[in-house]
Amino acid sequence: MILVLLILNLLLGGGLAWLAGRWSASAARWTALVVTLFELLFVGLLWLRLEPAEGSPWLAGIVADWIPNFSVKLILLMDGVSLLLITLTAVLGVLAVLVSWREIQENVGFYYFNLLCVLAGVIGVFTALDLFLFYVCWELMLIPMFLLIANWGHAHRKAAAIKFFLFTQLSGLLMLVAILGLALTHFQATGAITFDYRALLGTAPGSLWLMLGFFVAFAVKLPAFPLHTWLPDAHTEAPTAGSLLLAGLLLKTGAYGLIRFILPLFPEAAAAFAPIAMTLGVIGILYGAVLAFAQTDFKRMVAYTSVSHLGFVLLAVFAMNLLALQGAVVQMLAHGFSTGALFVLAGALQERLHTRDLRRMGGLWTLMPRMGAVALFFAMAALGLPGLGNFVAEFLILLGAYRANMPLAALAAVGLVFATIYALWLLQRAFYGPVASEGAPRDLRPRETLIFAVMMAALLWLGLFPQPVLDAAAPALHRVPGVSLHVGAYVRGPRSPARVRESAHSVARPETAPLAEHVRNGDGSVWGDAKAGRGEAPAPWGRAGTGTSTIDDRRGGAR
Amino acid sequence: MTHAQLTALLPVILLAGTAVALLLVQAITRSHRVTAGVTLAGLAAALVAVTRALPQGATPVTALLTIDRFALLYTGLLALIGIGLTLLSFLYLAGRTRLTGAYYILFTLALAGGAVLASSAHFAAFFLGLEMISVSLFALAAYRRDDPAGIEAGMKYLVLAGVATAVLLFGAALLYARYGTMAFAALGTAIAPGAGDPLTLAGIALVVAGIGFKLTLAPFHLWAPDVYEGAPAPVTGFIATISKAAVFALLLRLFTQVHLREHPALFAIFATLAIASIFAGNLLGLRQMNLKRVLAYSSVANMGYLLIAFLAGGPAGAIAATFYLTAYLPALLGIFTLLTALSGRERDADAIADYAGLAWRRPVLAAAFTVLLLSLAGIPLTGGFIGKFYVALTGVSAALAGSPAFWALVGALVVGSVIGLYYYLRIVLAFFQRTPAGEEPAAITRRVPDAAAIVLTLSTLAVLWLGVLPGNTLTLISLLVEEWFR
Repeated sequence: MILVLLILNLLLGGGLAWLAGRWSASAARWTALVVTLFELLFVGLLWLRLEPAEGSPWLAGIVADWIPNFSVKLILLMDGVSLLLITLTAVLGVLAVLVSWREIQENVGFYYFNLLCVLAGVIGVFTALDLFLFYVCWELMLIPMFLLIANWGHAHRKAAAIKFFLFTQLSGLLMLVAILGLALTHFQATGAITFDYRALLGTAPGSLWLMLGFFVAFAVKLPAFPLHTWLPDAHTEAPTAGSLLLAGLLLKTGAYGLIRFILPLFPEAAAAFAPIAMTLGVIGILYGAVLAFAQTDFKRMVAYTSVSHLGFVLLAVFAMNLLALQGAVVQMLAHGFSTGALFVLAGALQERLHTRDLRRMGGLWTLMPRMGAVALFFAMAALGLPGLGNFVAEFLILLGAYRANMPLAALAAVGLVFATIYALWLLQRAFYGPVASEGAPRDLRPRETLIFAVMMAALLWLGLFPQPVLDAAAPALHRVPGVSLHVGAYVRGPRSPARVRESAHSVARPETAPLAEHVRNGDGSVWGDAKAGRGEAPAPWGRAGTGTSTIDDRRGGAR
Repeated sequence: MTHAQLTALLPVILLAGTAVALLLVQAITRSHRVTAGVTLAGLAAALVAVTRALPQGATPVTALLTIDRFALLYTGLLALIGIGLTLLSFLYLAGRTRLTGAYYILFTLALAGGAVLASSAHFAAFFLGLEMISVSLFALAAYRRDDPAGIEAGMKYLVLAGVATAVLLFGAALLYARYGTMAFAALGTAIAPGAGDPLTLAGIALVVAGIGFKLTLAPFHLWAPDVYEGAPAPVTGFIATISKAAVFALLLRLFTQVHLREHPALFAIFATLAIASIFAGNLLGLRQMNLKRVLAYSSVANMGYLLIAFLAGGPAGAIAATFYLTAYLPALLGIFTLLTALSGRERDADAIADYAGLAWRRPVLAAAFTVLLLSLAGIPLTGGFIGKFYVALTGVSAALAGSPAFWALVGALVVGSVIGLYYYLRIVLAFFQRTPAGEEPAAITRRVPDAAAIVLTLSTLAVLWLGVLPGNTLTLISLLVEEWFR
């Protein structure tokens, strides 16, 4: 139930903020802030309520019927990876509201409505485990994001917003076709149609085409080379909070999709595709870094560093071992904070200097020492300074990737050198050297200091004490098939997974019946999910072949 | 005529009877309110008659009509949309013209023609229904005699619909020459599966061309943008919704009963038409600045998507196509309601620029309009998405079942949807344009009459309901459609 609460809180709160905005702008701001703080509170409760239980990775969840004709269900389930990403969402949500406090002055209520709807959609994506529902959430986070960019963005906002929407829509529809192909393959094999992720595991482990359908959708969002071209435009033209959410959350939905869907649903196809995907990842790392170096627009430059950083995630996912996957999860969190902070910094600079052009900056440290120090911190994070989250992530990823493919890992390591160059170059151009701009811009306000302090704390925590994050993610990652565990043996053993909290659901044996008959039988009795039943757990998890107790996908323990 | 036949035919009788009653009413009073009231009463009575006829199974009435549940479903759908369009017509005509009587007579006649099409079992009934629609519509399209664009629309529709009917008749004649019957069922048994003789193929091809004109399938779509643009908004609504739904019902019935779909040549023809329509509709709509023209091209594309479900065939295909239409019709009705309500006396509010700033000035209207447009684009939580999802499901299902041609169709659906999304987004973005106070387009400042508000609310809610909880509707449609497949 708590997952539903997480989503409803944001949706209803968004509506409330909209209404409040008709009354006064600051009422809308405060409403949005309270809503996101409540969200954070709920997520905190979620962490506290984790109950260790054997046998299932799902920490919380709910299953309910939705469209029985297609046997579409409302399945929201959360495991360790989802939990971490939901936490990231809640934290960045609060920060996004704070970031927009002064920047947005027009139609504030509607702005916060869209902002909170994006957050709701993202949480939906991170928890939906019915593929139909997943697709719905995937699309629904787009529309408010589109409106955010198109209405409150910078000069070329409309073109950028449309480009963003069309790219995602095309890839999303390919994913929808792949989802249909997967569900119908399952239907042909068992006579039961279902979109339940757990039942579809092992349906088509080797189907390259279906895997590519999913891969394209996630690669566009990630973004992976060569599908990244929407990203610099969208990031640059979006308002500051929009860039923060894009970089911090929407890109993570792509990475999450790779880990959650590609590897478990298509382990064999993914293994066959791994060399290509890893190569794309390495190209992304190097190409993004080179392009970042060449930019003169602050935001555009940060946008390209995202391409570079998320290339590491792509490399890690297809390295297919626990170490790399752990690194990918940490990278998702660390990148959310470090790149998000750089975007906030760009927004703060633009507010003061009315430009994002690096050629017109210089010597800002002397004018705004506190902002200079903050910029130094996050530039160090971006280049992977030990002690900060990005270092842990990239270190784990390179270690894991080395086991999988030594030459590619070596090339990816060069990306770290490139990162050092562009990060230092950024500092040099903007904050050191002779003072280039006139006037005396105000140094950081307390509100901005608070935002940066939270992000610094998070990065330091990820860099110095990553173990809790690794522990939380481990049970979920252990279950990803084909992941070799011995590499990660030194990582502390998986915490015993918590009990599944989902409503009991009777499972009927499937009978073969033609498609249209299923649609008529709106009770879903014929379409009952075949494989998700107790004791009929799908096999592919077992391929981890480790003897860990995370094989079964039990649906018992209802509450 | 037995009692059962009378019950079955009652909806059609009531629709035609309303037209006659309206003629008589004109002799007594020319009051616009009375005329529209009689029309509404007649349509509502037909709707009730539909529900009364539903329990009985397929009932042949003469050799021409077979009134089965499928026919009644479509008749009911047409009557429902007809009620909405009648209200729009009332709002539109009031204050624009004093000659209102003929409008409603023609309107009701066209609706009766649609009901005949949906239940026809014979080429003669097909022809009758089609002519009832065409003849009424070209007069309706040119109803504003002071408007040159309307006259042009009427002429264009007259000539092209005439050609289409002639082509269709010739095709039917060829089939009659070859098989000696024009009843669908008899043709179904007479035409051997895979019959490839020139007479049969030419006959069917001509029939398909005639249907293609009415459904605005590319390359038969050339008349659509001009007629859509020139005709009064409610008449455009009629052409876009009722006339298409009726012809599509006939197409489904004809090809299911005559088993033509399996024919490889015909499959190729329809697949080509579908792909051509999807791309033509979506690409040509990209640069249009006129909302009605955008809707014309959007309907070309949507008919293309619909053909995919039609081609997949079987019960699933018929259900998917019917659901698609069920979701498509209220979306269009809602859009035309807005168009009508915000139109001025001298010209319809059909330029995209007329809606600049709608979201800031009239947020509720903008929200409803956005939902309706997103439904046409097939974005989740609208009926249009479930329709498109189901169409894609039948397409992928057919492709996996061993006809790889469907991959091309599904691919066209995907690419076409993305291209089309661009023009819907352009309209939505216009809503958010900032205009200085006092310089707003006149359209967005007009008051929406209560009747239009009701129609708009109901159609928007229908679109959302079909998108969020489509279960009941799907079950209902499949119960009504699968009678054919037992």
